[in-house]
Amino acid sequence: MATKFTAKPDELSKIDYKPPKKGWLDTPAEFKEHTFCWGAKAKNLNIVEFPNARDWSPAEEDWKLPENWQEIVLEGIKDRLGKYRSFKLFMDICVRCGACADKCHFFIGGGDPKNMPVLRAELLRSIYRKYFTASGKMLGKIAGARELTLDVLKEIWYYYYQCTECRRCSVFCPYGIDQAEITMVGRELMNLLGLNTDWISAPVANCYMKGNHLGLEPHTIINSMEFFLDDIETITGIKIKPTFNRKGAEILFVTPSGDLFADPGTYTAMGYLMLFHELGLDYTWSTYASEGGNFGLFTSNEMAKRLNAKIYAEAKRLGVKWIIGGECGHMWRVVNQYMDTWNGPADFLEEPVSPITGTIFENAKSTKMVHIAEFTADLIKNGKLKLDPGRNNHLKVTWHDSCNTARGMGILDEPRYVLRNVCNHFHEMPEDTIREKTFCCGSGTGLNASENMDLRMRGGFPRANAVKYVRNNYGVNMLANICAIDRATLKASMEYWVPDVSVCGLHELVGNALVMTGEKERTQDLRLEPLPEKEAKE
Amino acid sequence: MSILFSFFAVIALVVAAYAGVKIANLQFLFGVIIPYIAIALFILGFIYRVLKWGSSPVPFRIPTTCGQQKSLPWLKQNKIENPSSTAGVIIRMALEVLLFRSLFRNLKTQLRDGKLVYGEAKWLWLAGLAFHWSFLIIFVRHFRLFLQNTPSFIKTIEGLDSFLQVGVPLLYMTDVVLLGTVTYLFLRRVFIPQVKYMSLAADYFPLFLILGITASGVLMRYFYKVHIVGVKELAMGLVSLNPVIPQGIGVIFYIHLFLISILLAYFPLSKLMHMGGVFLSPTRNMANNSRMVRHINPWNYPVHVHTYEEYENDFRKKMKKAGIPVEKE
Repeated sequence: MATKFTAKPDELSKIDYKPPKKGWLDTPAEFKEHTFCWGAKAKNLNIVEFPNARDWSPAEEDWKLPENWQEIVLEGIKDRLGKYRSFKLFMDICVRCGACADKCHFFIGGGDPKNMPVLRAELLRSIYRKYFTASGKMLGKIAGARELTLDVLKEIWYYYYQCTECRRCSVFCPYGIDQAEITMVGRELMNLLGLNTDWISAPVANCYMKGNHLGLEPHTIINSMEFFLDDIETITGIKIKPTFNRKGAEILFVTPSGDLFADPGTYTAMGYLMLFHELGLDYTWSTYASEGGNFGLFTSNEMAKRLNAKIYAEAKRLGVKWIIGGECGHMWRVVNQYMDTWNGPADFLEEPVSPITGTIFENAKSTKMVHIAEFTADLIKNGKLKLDPGRNNHLKVTWHDSCNTARGMGILDEPRYVLRNVCNHFHEMPEDTIREKTFCCGSGTGLNASENMDLRMRGGFPRANAVKYVRNNYGVNMLANICAIDRATLKASMEYWVPDVSVCGLHELVGNALVMTGEKERTQDLRLEPLPEKEAKE
Repeated sequence: MSILFSFFAVIALVVAAYAGVKIANLQFLFGVIIPYIAIALFILGFIYRVLKWGSSPVPFRIPTTCGQQKSLPWLKQNKIENPSSTAGVIIRMALEVLLFRSLFRNLKTQLRDGKLVYGEAKWLWLAGLAFHWSFLIIFVRHFRLFLQNTPSFIKTIEGLDSFLQVGVPLLYMTDVVLLGTVTYLFLRRVFIPQVKYMSLAADYFPLFLILGITASGVLMRYFYKVHIVGVKELAMGLVSLNPVIPQGIGVIFYIHLFLISILLAYFPLSKLMHMGGVFLSPTRNMANNSRMVRHINPWNYPVHVHTYEEYENDFRKKMKKAGIPVEKE
């Protein structure tokens, strides 16, 4: 179907930032190979009852649009202007100062001016002006307004699937204009026309029917977990028996299904299992609510709510007291900023209290959902875990703040506290690339497909560049994070840009360091690689 | 193209005012009627725009968090950049509105030999801040024209603004700063390729307009003296709704006044509404407390979900075989 992506890193990092001579209003998008994802398939859209479902390809001239597509888009814009103050305001108040321009990883890594957040927004603003403002109607192009033509629609599609909703632009904007909000609306508009991508709509359909993005059926979840339970036994001599869909458990645990599927996420899942076992935690997994992530968020507000609803529904059915959420970026954007509003109030749950330390998680008293890094940090602070950080001595670790957890939540120091307690070698990346200024992995919001590697590697360039810096200066060889998409995508990005750096989740390192009751002398880490000789005690 | 359009639009406005007053003797039109209309358009338009924004709800609590959240008591929360209380939000907003906090973060990203370098980039922040504060101070200084007796705080401001004690009449620093910063804001639009690429006529027009207003003001104060008593009489007439047109004020005053009128009338139609909009920005004016306090979406509606029952119906056999408890045997 397509050629293989073969561009070498040194070619890709030659970036031309010079904008073209011709103005952006008159330059249609050029669909470059390896920069976009395949179109959504009819069967997946039909599963979730989405309109205008059909098989289509962005690469083809004919997108098989419904006849009244313009009307649908304009009606869709109008509807959303009335529903979201953010959208309406962000259509109006941008002064185009350009502070956001060189903050976007796609612009930094690609140089395409339409990937400056301001211009990405202007693509939609130009339509808004033309049809919804007096000046745009009267002055047209002079006011930056233009007709909604097929070319313009395609351009919006192209660039709104080149934004990972990472909110970095919004940190620097003097009015807090958040391209994520605008991209969300833009993608909703595309979904009115059946123009989702396959890489997003298939996981959405899977998640809807089977409970998780990967489409793991209940027995498969158990089967795949058996593999790492065996590995844990090999490493520690301890056989762990987690429970599934168990009524009456105190805690429901929900994590992205990516953790159950492919490494290095699976090592993180092993870390969870070991930690909970060691604590004797009364908790259960669910096969119905077996997805913490939410590709619905990259589709539409309604779809995100529909997928997210399972978590509270399952917590209610099982009669648990509260919920712990695993390591995932956009999952936590959802839990922190949307879940309670959509599907709350969770009045059938109790205010979360750690059964081990007695700590009341006041910051989660309404959602009743606690982040595992908060949970583990509290355990360590209260001295409830026996840790041997020396078991991670072969790793020189740096910390990647995920965009959603950094800028849509602010969980920055909990994981760092855990990290400092479970490993001895931790080096921060340069300050302009971490915490609220952190860079996206380059493949979030469902852009982690295989057909858009050019885009992904460009988008991952700024993050990789900062990793390279700590690799060169401190010998860093491990990039730790709390996001399943990061674990999947940074792996590819590191292999491409900084080949000798691996990627891991926080709880993989916890699992390595955790001294478990009755464990045998460990000789391997969770990857079944030999542990380094323990350094001589001082 | 958009530069020239905006430039000539402002020139045309200057010419219109000049011709209107000097040739057609339309002092009443330019000195009274147009200012009244402009003020009405400004006030009504501003209110309309803000109400229109306000009429759309804020369905979700979406602050951009720029620091450590409130979580465990022993972890230090960044109460301003990631506020969880109203007080924190007020301080965050105050820093944003008064000191342009977010713009202060600005960085310049550069690619050097395949490496990305992030440098300080405070000029936009500095110029933006100096521009807005100078504009405000000049605006406040003009109150002396609308009040019978000049209040002491205006005299204080004037005193501070002219503390260099240069020239006759004394040079106001804000005049120089405003001219300088508007020029800077214009030049960066022309010389930074990316900023030029994104700029519209709607970006150049207000700059030229403000440049025209400032220049005419400066000319009036320092070079072509106008009949200041007449100006005050006219201004007092406007505010007391007893408009008068004193003789011999000088045409440059009418140009100044006309450009201000255009700015006022144009304001609610334009990006200049960021002045009102910044206060309403949901990524800045909300506390990050949605795990503690449930945020209500007024249009939240029930959605179609795939229930557990349906799920179990799909997979009951497999679940039982795998030893997973089921509701219906």
